[in-house]
Amino acid sequence: MANYDDIPTLKENIDRATVDSVRSLDVDKYKYGFETIIESDMAPKGLSEDTVRFISAKKNEPQWMLDWRLEAYARFLTLSEPTWAKVHYPAIDLQDMYYYAAPKSTPAPTSLDEVDPALLAMYDKLGIPLREREILAGVERPNVAVDAVMDSVSVVTTFREELSKVGIIFCSISEAIREYPEMIQKYLASVVPVSDNYYATLNSAVFTDGSFVYIPKGVRCPMELSTYFRINEKKTGQFERTLIIAEADSYVSYLEGCTAPMRDESQLHAAVVELVAMDNAEIKYSTVQNWYPGDKDGKGGIYNFVTKRGDCRGANSKISWTQVETGSAITWKYPSCILRGDGSRGEFYSIAISNGRQQVDSGTKMIHLGKNTSSRIIAKGIAAGFSDNTYRGQVSAHAKATNARNFTQCDSLLIGDKCGAHTVPYIESRNGTAVFEHEATTSKISDDQMFYCQQRGLSEEDAVALIVNGFVRDVLQHLPMEFMVETQKLIAISLEGSVG
Amino acid sequence: MTTPILEIRNLHARIEDREILKGVNLIIPAGEVHAIMGRNGSGKSTLSYVLAGKDDYEVTEGEILLNGESILEMEPNERAAAGVFLAFQYPIEIPGVATMTFLKAAMNAQRKARGEAELLTPEFMRLVKEAGTQLQVDTAMLKRPLNVGFSGGEKKRAEIMQMALLKPALCVLDETDSGLDIDALQVVSKGVNALRSDSRSMLVITHYQRLLNHIVPDVVHVFSDGRIVESGDKDLALQLEAKGYADFDGAAA
Repeated sequence: MANYDDIPTLKENIDRATVDSVRSLDVDKYKYGFETIIESDMAPKGLSEDTVRFISAKKNEPQWMLDWRLEAYARFLTLSEPTWAKVHYPAIDLQDMYYYAAPKSTPAPTSLDEVDPALLAMYDKLGIPLREREILAGVERPNVAVDAVMDSVSVVTTFREELSKVGIIFCSISEAIREYPEMIQKYLASVVPVSDNYYATLNSAVFTDGSFVYIPKGVRCPMELSTYFRINEKKTGQFERTLIIAEADSYVSYLEGCTAPMRDESQLHAAVVELVAMDNAEIKYSTVQNWYPGDKDGKGGIYNFVTKRGDCRGANSKISWTQVETGSAITWKYPSCILRGDGSRGEFYSIAISNGRQQVDSGTKMIHLGKNTSSRIIAKGIAAGFSDNTYRGQVSAHAKATNARNFTQCDSLLIGDKCGAHTVPYIESRNGTAVFEHEATTSKISDDQMFYCQQRGLSEEDAVALIVNGFVRDVLQHLPMEFMVETQKLIAISLEGSVG
Repeated sequence: MTTPILEIRNLHARIEDREILKGVNLIIPAGEVHAIMGRNGSGKSTLSYVLAGKDDYEVTEGEILLNGESILEMEPNERAAAGVFLAFQYPIEIPGVATMTFLKAAMNAQRKARGEAELLTPEFMRLVKEAGTQLQVDTAMLKRPLNVGFSGGEKKRAEIMQMALLKPALCVLDETDSGLDIDALQVVSKGVNALRSDSRSMLVITHYQRLLNHIVPDVVHVFSDGRIVESGDKDLALQLEAKGYADFDGAAA
């Protein structure tokens, strides 16, 4: 007799979420598009050495940090914008934006009580739990510590005391520069060099805030760490910088979420994220990127140019990137792993959805340097509307990377006939023992699948959401629970209006 | 007289420029099982698709009434919620979507459309267990993506299981016997027979008499060149089996 009771509850939760997502379909397509009126402290418009000095002064940075920024700025002046990605957009006028915007009332809150209630209300509206007491009381989403970054500053970081008991540091990067200068000097730009690329160099000069995480040797972080990025001000670029260090035998799971108001003009987001994993350490980094994608004609939206890289510095270390990219007008993003330590492992799981006029050029790099290193890439691209969705990935084995292994699977799903899906893999092996596998498929949601689902009672939009959720299932499973549920809703909302 | 569950009046339908249904008339009262037999290409499957509302077909004339109400302007999902179920000849694969997930999504979508509350998980599990036991659908199968890698028998069992869970007023079974060995045919037929009720009608489309030994119809219709050319009791099926369709071709002319 079959046992029906051993079907995991997890599955049931997902089903409920799918149904919820279906319910929420009639709400605004982009439900995070509101603006919060909060008085801001802004830098003068435009990019110059003065801007760099202004930011550094606002943050009370030590001289060495200012010098570091100025050097990056000098370097930036010698660089030009990369054009190799399959994305098209009008030239970005770096002089026509602000590089620093901070909610005025909160120069340096030390507790939630000092945070502007309007800000807390905004995060409530976004569904981000900041109130520790409520969380501790088990009201919602337990076990997530949050660092909330609005425009250029970190607004609040929760659960710090509890984390510090086990020696974990979780704070804004601005604070880390002041409080832990040795660590910053040792690790900042040690994974993504200042000169790495145009946007990373720009970020190095003008980055304003972001998170800093330090997990000591042998510590398994007892809760998910999470940073929530919000762009609120007009004409403001967000340049965040995140640095995560996992010492030997430690583990941390980190989540990142992003939203922005709906605006006619495009806004620039150029982040740098660096991860360092020492011997046997593991870092799991998950992103749900839901920046405003622009309207249906491609007006407005965030230009998302992001450099994310993890360094598996120690033996048998592991870094795993999971990303869900549904927002932004343009996404240019390649979370990568440098597999330096022998036996280290890199993973990249990606769901990239584009609709309307969105353009996505995203993928990963797996650089095998050490012996017996392995990597796994599973990328699912879903293109609808008039969008373009490109997977661009590089897998390489250095001469010393004996027995390097990679498995890559890229699947594209097309909805409609006005969109494009492209796969651009670069594979390079300088070691005869390396084994690299690459599989790619492209498929469409067939009329027969749609009719079948509709015959059983699902509306067109429910049917698309269900089929797409099935298509991305292998990747969904790698997301932490909270994000899995959120992602399923997001998929349905992102694809609204893609059929019919 | 009570309103029949299904009434089709002078139905004409085309796909692109080709007319396939050429004046179908059919009444199925509540509680009755009707069979439609006809050779390949006579338009039997088209009738099932037109009933379910598939986009590719254009109805140029006539009417389809379900419980007295026209369904011609309804989307396929609205027809489903109103009580039309089509068991596909070739059930479609939905990769990555567990059968269990699909069942729940379909049941709740229909409940929502009818303004009913969604099923709670324990109730859903109870219903699935009940339907699954009868149709030999076990947990392992429910965890697999719907129809992906299913054998012919598994696909048809999954179809009938959906039919059992969705409790439609009108069941249309399109060549349900195709791809089934005799054991699977018995399981599926038993499942279908269990769903016969005074408040439900069935339209069984087949070109073999074999299925009708298991699902015994109240009325048999012969379909030829896009319309019904002869109707009779279950013996008509035996007659067809013995003599073939040739005798009826003239009637269609």
